[in-house]
Amino acid sequence: MGTFIGGLTGLLFGLGLIVSGMVLPTKVLGFLDLAGAWDPSLALVMAGAIAVGLPAFTLARRRRETFLGLQMQLPQSSVIDRRLVGGSLLFGIGWGLAGLCPGPALVVAGAGGAKALGFVAAMVAGMAVFERLERR
Amino acid sequence: MTLNWTAFTPGAALAGGALIGLAAALLILLGGRIAGISGILGGLLRRVPGERAWRAAFIGGLLLSPWLYGLIAEPVATQMDAGWPTVLAAGVIVGIGTRYGAGCTSGHGVCGLSRLSVRSAVATGTFMAAGFATVFVARHLF
Repeated sequence: MGTFIGGLTGLLFGLGLIVSGMVLPTKVLGFLDLAGAWDPSLALVMAGAIAVGLPAFTLARRRRETFLGLQMQLPQSSVIDRRLVGGSLLFGIGWGLAGLCPGPALVVAGAGGAKALGFVAAMVAGMAVFERLERR
Repeated sequence: MTLNWTAFTPGAALAGGALIGLAAALLILLGGRIAGISGILGGLLRRVPGERAWRAAFIGGLLLSPWLYGLIAEPVATQMDAGWPTVLAAGVIVGIGTRYGAGCTSGHGVCGLSRLSVRSAVATGTFMAAGFATVFVARHLF
């Protein structure tokens, strides 16, 4: 798969995160704080992303190959199990504690944020723990 | 519930969201891959032939995006209110959780909901609920 497409889409994705405000932990926490002074902005980030994503993925599901002739790899699993729910619960707790999810953490780390860099290092360590447990 | 109208930025939120959607659309329609950040980053810890280069390039693009943005607009803010112990603990559980749950805000949230996947909707509902509950406990109970 093309390195160029990877780099280009990563760059675009990051710019989207920056423009949307998702890279600001205070803004993310303002969205997650339903009982405080609620900032609904992030719901619109999701709405804007899905408005573009929905037609694209609808088209993708009808194709076996991409427009560049590469294999279309859409997730096949529809399993709802303890791994999915437990993992998502853990992720949500971490997201609520720091106000960062993986994409924004990488962007802010790229901008030179020391704490975001620490968050990314800890996140990669957590992912490595997962790989270890999976291989046993 | 009270709305924080001064913090509300609907235009930037929609425009930024559309850019995120465009990136995910280009990656699936041209590359055939899902723009899920935790999967792309976590996948780099495995030796999968043919998948490493694009994943590394995507992460590189994310890391360089604030530099490109800084050329045309004000620099990206980097301050975080959470203390170091919280930041590191949160990082570890986000790392473990997103891999067990097979996705985060991008993979399940943006791409999964765009695919109308029930599995991703359950994951998104779960991590949103956990996020709401965590902030409630941290801000209003302690």
